[in-house]
Amino acid sequence: MARIIVVTSGKGGVGKTTSSAAIGIGLALKGHKVVLIDFDIGLRNLDLIMGCERRVVYDFVNVINGEATLNQALIKDKRVSSLSILPASQTRDKDALNKENVGKVLEELGKTFDYIICDSPAGIEAGAMMALYFADEAIVTTNPEVSSVRDSDRILGMLASRSRRAELGLEPIKEHLLLTRYSPKRVEEGEMLSVEDVVDILSIPLLGVIPESQSVLKASNAGEPVILDVESDAGKAYQDVIDRLLGETVEFRFLVAEKKGIFSRMFGG
Amino acid sequence: MALLDYFLQKKEKQVTTASKAKERLQIIVAHERNSRNKQPDYLPQLTEDILNVLRKYIKVSDESFSISLDKKDGDLNVLELNIELHDEQNTD
Repeated sequence: MARIIVVTSGKGGVGKTTSSAAIGIGLALKGHKVVLIDFDIGLRNLDLIMGCERRVVYDFVNVINGEATLNQALIKDKRVSSLSILPASQTRDKDALNKENVGKVLEELGKTFDYIICDSPAGIEAGAMMALYFADEAIVTTNPEVSSVRDSDRILGMLASRSRRAELGLEPIKEHLLLTRYSPKRVEEGEMLSVEDVVDILSIPLLGVIPESQSVLKASNAGEPVILDVESDAGKAYQDVIDRLLGETVEFRFLVAEKKGIFSRMFGG
Repeated sequence: MALLDYFLQKKEKQVTTASKAKERLQIIVAHERNSRNKQPDYLPQLTEDILNVLRKYIKVSDESFSISLDKKDGDLNVLELNIELHDEQNTD
């Protein structure tokens, strides 16, 4: 049985697609068969972050409408062969997706893949609801910032009431908190909510903390998911996320600001 | 004095924006969770109206009356009324 994981947040711009891409690559590098699905119909971006935008021929909606087979639409990642991407449609409207036809596609994918990662659009409209409906697990991507935390809580409510698991009275969706764009320095200065604060408010288990990092922008510029930048803090933090998703206990890193040496203190660094 | 200001400032920073953010979030999130788990807007008025009708005929105290709207599986909503009637409340 494939694990269906939705990467969601409510608020836009918090790092859903960046995280989906990193997690997809990370799991595939561990030898799992992974498919990444972009649910943001009309605003496709996962292809760009994955660096395969020029290879999109058919998309999710083509598959649903029977205009292409799954195999025609799936793009095999050039770096990791066990990873495929199902791009969103750029032109069709989001009403193209409904529970029946999305369910069928996921069922079909479940026969081949171990992990189905659903990259949710922002908001709480139909597209976001469709991305979370079939999920077994949810990675709630949150920034340490008031509107993002509030929206995440809203999404937690949706996971508990509007998902397939909720409707059928099955075991609830397993929720994970992924805190992104974290700046330990600003936390220490009292300008940013801390990990503990956010965990306290949302009260769901912490999957990872991704530090604010310049390597994230560089990674999306290049179309190389940041987890491949093994030297970067963000890349290492995503690596830890993968290990935790696979059941390992890994200590959290990058939670305290780097202490400046006496020289950089004196001369500014 | 400047040195003193420096230390005082540092101390004040402990109760700055991050803790304000946390406090505000805790309140709003708790509030929104409550209304999420709860009931539609019309329920308080409905409760009031039903009680008024009942009281035309029988004595009903607030404690012996409860109302809830539950979502069962699928699209089924169940409106549940519980009214405790006491012996002495004869309806003549």
